[in-house]
Amino acid sequence: MEPSKPVKPIYLDNNATTRVADEVFEEIRPYFCELYGNPSSMHLFGGQVGAKVKQARERVAALLGCRPGEVIFTGCGTESDNTAIQGTLAAYPNRRKIITTRVEHPAVLAVCRELENRGYTVVELAVDREGQLDLAELDAELDEETALVTIMYANNETGVIFPIEEIARRVSERGSVFHTDAVQAVGKIPINLAESEIDLLSLSGHKLHAPKGVGVLYVRKGTRLTPFMLGGHQEHGRRAGTENVPGIIGLGKACDLAQAAFDVENKQVKALRDRLETNLMIHCQGAMLNGVKDKRLPNTTNISFEFVEGEAILLMLNQFGVCASSGSACTSGSLEPSHVLRAMGVPFTAAHGSIRFSLSRYTTQEEVDLVVEKLPAIINRLRVLSPFVPK
Amino acid sequence: MWEYTDKVWDHFYHPRNAGEVENPDGVGEVGSLACGDALKLTFKLDSDKRIAEAKFQTFGCASAIASSSVLTEMIKGMTLEEASKITNKDIADQLGGLPDQKMHCSVMGMEALEAAIKYYRGEDTSSVSTHTHGHVVCTCFGVTDDDIKRVVLENDLTTVEQVTNYCKAGGGCGGCHGEIEDILESVQKDKVHKTPHKAAHHGKLSNIQKIQLIQQTINEQVRPALRAHGGNIELVDVEGDKVIVAFRGMCAQCPSSEFTMQGVVESKLREYVSEDLVVIESKEHSTE
Repeated sequence: MEPSKPVKPIYLDNNATTRVADEVFEEIRPYFCELYGNPSSMHLFGGQVGAKVKQARERVAALLGCRPGEVIFTGCGTESDNTAIQGTLAAYPNRRKIITTRVEHPAVLAVCRELENRGYTVVELAVDREGQLDLAELDAELDEETALVTIMYANNETGVIFPIEEIARRVSERGSVFHTDAVQAVGKIPINLAESEIDLLSLSGHKLHAPKGVGVLYVRKGTRLTPFMLGGHQEHGRRAGTENVPGIIGLGKACDLAQAAFDVENKQVKALRDRLETNLMIHCQGAMLNGVKDKRLPNTTNISFEFVEGEAILLMLNQFGVCASSGSACTSGSLEPSHVLRAMGVPFTAAHGSIRFSLSRYTTQEEVDLVVEKLPAIINRLRVLSPFVPK
Repeated sequence: MWEYTDKVWDHFYHPRNAGEVENPDGVGEVGSLACGDALKLTFKLDSDKRIAEAKFQTFGCASAIASSSVLTEMIKGMTLEEASKITNKDIADQLGGLPDQKMHCSVMGMEALEAAIKYYRGEDTSSVSTHTHGHVVCTCFGVTDDDIKRVVLENDLTTVEQVTNYCKAGGGCGGCHGEIEDILESVQKDKVHKTPHKAAHHGKLSNIQKIQLIQQTINEQVRPALRAHGGNIELVDVEGDKVIVAFRGMCAQCPSSEFTMQGVVESKLREYVSEDLVVIESKEHSTE
């Protein structure tokens, strides 16, 4: 079958991006052709848009448990991460050390590695075979030189959740700034910044059913941060540039919906994820789970299929409309498999054949069951082709 | 998503001749699990010494499977003399082309065929399959200078990126990019547009330009190779022609660090910045 033939998508790639919720779409619809004013304008036509942006800021703050004034809207999660890291370093010019982990998203890792080129000391904490950190290693590295610690809330590839509140406490005690890339966590698990020592937190709209092109950087009141984008006075001078009004309004609505859906996320979505995972582990030959089983996002599972290659699996699944992703080298166009799986010490025999399924509250049991029905045969077919499968 | 031709899709979804020939006359195995793709090609000859049957087993992506599958169709009926003339380009052409980053799949097909023919002729097959000829340039993927020269010649390559796409060399830590450039230059002569930052091309540099160039050379030419071995380097200061650097991590304790400094850092800086530079290691600034 040609891959271009339209098949109804079974979308299990929600850690890559999500569908915009119908309620979100309805909410932002008027802000293109009717209510298109600039929120900064001195007329009521723009002012009414400003009021809606204010409401969105309050909605985001409500989901995070912070004050509206601590929410800065940005263009995306990557911009939030860049601002947090570079803005902190600029605010503490005498400190030259950054602590992060080997499994961060490129939006953090690439920035840190570039800073290393510019002479900063960058420490990348290791993870164990299950993808977990050793906090003693963090304690040992924290010192007066450390400007910033940046550690993700939950891993995008495996869904493994780090003990961020505990990490934030330790970093705060030692007097460094703590940033977390919470792009995968926000909306999937509850976060309450009012009772947290987190100084900076990044999130991205399109991971929680808002449109692409909007993100947030939470900046705890009193945190020193040099602005990244210079220009107008928007966001109280902390992020210049005319607001992405529809995106911001959509994100506000999406936060409202997420607040109401935590129960669904942690019961219904988790149950479907477990159903998928358990059945694939039983019915697919050479299947192994990547990442610690508890302490994981409720929607994510990452499974390796030994001796077969990820791109081939994905393209076979594609025939049935199933959308997932892989940590194999071939899918990225690079030549090495996922840096996350390599940091965990997943053997190459398995890393090249890893598949991530990430569900959402729109995922149905029929969809999950179709994958369970089709995938074992695909794995078998590819294993027959593989020269490595023991006869 | 990759833009594959209909022919690639067809061979991927409906692979021809998958499996292993019984009592084969020729067996060729290339690639490895670590590299992300591997191919085992087997064939049997008929009484006229033509390939009567050819089968493949492939671990790899859609284009690796399609390249292997189409190869078994191409060689059927050929004499070994004819088959040995097949290049990676022929395989890619037969598929209606492959995306640039996937050309190494067609090279894998060619290498497996070559190894299988050598196997039949009783020659040493390790030379093609395990890259023991020549010296290893890319340590990440174990690619030798001979392997690189060959894909450069057969496919008329002119950039490091192309070399990586065709044989993987340079696709890991990136520490061998300078050496690949040199190979490209030696094979292709004036066809190659060398990166214009070699020392010879610089006129008089201001201090700031010199320091920036030193930093850039360390970033691009030195650090990747050190990082691949768990080390790192930091530029501490530049005083006239004296470049003061500190080694970090594994390199800081390495007994051969004097060699590393002389052999790599200084020669790279002299090559890319100025012939007059002298590298000095700063002990005070070492962290460990």
